[in-house]
Amino acid sequence: MEAQEARLAWGLVLPALLTILLIALFPLVWTFWESLHLHDLRMPWLGRPFIGLTNYVDAVRDPRFIGALGHTLFFAVASVSLELVIGLWLALALNRAFKGRGLVRAAVLVPWAIPTVVSALLWRFMFEGQTGIVNAGLVSAGIIHEPIVWFIQAATAWVPVILADVWKTTPFVALLLLAGLQNIDTSLYEAARIDGASAWRQFRYVTLPLLKPAILVALIFRTLDAFRVFDLVYALTGGGPGTSTEPIALYTFNALLQNLQFGYGSALSVIVFVVTFALAMVYVRFLGADLTGARR
Amino acid sequence: MNERKWWPVLALTLLVVASAFPFYWAILASFTPEARLFQGPSLVPGHLVLDHYRALFTQRNFWVPIRNSLIVAGSTTAFCVGVGSLCAYALARLQFRGKLALLGFILAVGMFPQISVVSPLYMLLRSLRLINTYPGLILPYFTFAMPLTVWLLVGFFRQLPAELEEAAMVDGASRLRAFAEVIVPLALPGLATTAILTFVYSWNEFLFALSFTLGPERQTVPVAIALFRGMYQVPWGQILAAAVVATAPVTLLVLAFQRRIVQGLTAGAVKG
Repeated sequence: MEAQEARLAWGLVLPALLTILLIALFPLVWTFWESLHLHDLRMPWLGRPFIGLTNYVDAVRDPRFIGALGHTLFFAVASVSLELVIGLWLALALNRAFKGRGLVRAAVLVPWAIPTVVSALLWRFMFEGQTGIVNAGLVSAGIIHEPIVWFIQAATAWVPVILADVWKTTPFVALLLLAGLQNIDTSLYEAARIDGASAWRQFRYVTLPLLKPAILVALIFRTLDAFRVFDLVYALTGGGPGTSTEPIALYTFNALLQNLQFGYGSALSVIVFVVTFALAMVYVRFLGADLTGARR
Repeated sequence: MNERKWWPVLALTLLVVASAFPFYWAILASFTPEARLFQGPSLVPGHLVLDHYRALFTQRNFWVPIRNSLIVAGSTTAFCVGVGSLCAYALARLQFRGKLALLGFILAVGMFPQISVVSPLYMLLRSLRLINTYPGLILPYFTFAMPLTVWLLVGFFRQLPAELEEAAMVDGASRLRAFAEVIVPLALPGLATTAILTFVYSWNEFLFALSFTLGPERQTVPVAIALFRGMYQVPWGQILAAAVVATAPVTLLVLAFQRRIVQGLTAGAVKG
């Protein structure tokens, strides 16, 4: 009976598993193999010689790659920390308010659901030009005297990039944290209040510790996404000015499909994969515990 | 007690205004003549025209990317929900060795960066002559859509009481019949939510669609919009009109099914 069930199970799993192996895992192995070769589609006469780890050595010495790595890190830290702080604040507010939840849920979901390219272009438009809405608003509020040309230097070009990401994904973080908050037993707050704990101490010693798993999940989820950032920057700044906002996925894409350096681009792909996979392992371990726990 | 009540209201008002404003501004701009777009913004609608929408569907043939996106996202969703539901049922309900490892593997594949498979997929699709074709997009889309559907469906199947199919099996039905006749009808809302989410992810996908298409005849909506910028000028009116058109279907879907989508999104992720 059990052997029969196992056979049926594998039969059901197999089509999906084969698809994943064929279209995801096999290419991944191929990327790694490709990264050990010199393969430049612009110079087909060079052939495709095996060059060992040379591409990786080149990557480490490539200032544009190191720059891209730095931009990705900066983007991840800046956007994810803003999203967590604002998201937590919103989740606490949502947890208290009973009126207008439907409206709030709609406001939360729509930015999340639209294509990232579209949100990038909406923000580009608002920051565009001397008389765009952002410049006009800041000038008329007296915060700046002259309109800022946002996209000609890195320091200001990052502002719309990070704001667009925060705008699009903070609602999602808030939803995750709200689900965590709703799992907290309210009698704990009553007990704390009877013991004379202030609102801050209730937050510090009841809410935060019990919310830690949800915060961790949101953190890892968002960090992974931030490390893979591509669409947003491609459509908002194109990595510019120059390559000063170019993240690692965009540089890899350019190496592959603009410069047609397939060997070198594959080495960059492998590096992106290793970094995100290390992060993902933490997440899988975390969710794995939840899965075994959830079995009835 | 009362003096602290203002801040949640403030936070939620800010949230709604901040979420909605960029949309309001884009919709307004998409009806504004190009010449007026950067002549000092005004928050209230002034002179409104349909020029950009007209240009979008006449000069730009914007219905082509819409058709492409519908075909690609629709096929991806149909295949992944079909095949994924079998896999998810086994993972949620049957006992077999290696199940947890398999779940972990599928989740891990769902997380890995798309860019890390662009180069082999490009060479594979090129050698199969599938660059710039529908299958050349649908196949790569399985990389993210299959793990997503399996993952969501495992969550939905687990919520159904096991007694129902056990009763059906006591009455002599086989596992597969119990699945088809008892579980699938009950899981229909979950299947619908999964299908919607998979469709939205596929509709929004950008990197593969940019990498594996060559010209306007197979570009999807996000790629078409991103490549609107001309050499010398940016047709903002048309870009924003296209943004409104591209956003409308997913917005309507998500608003219609918002309660279920929130459940689906947060069910797997939270619960420490």
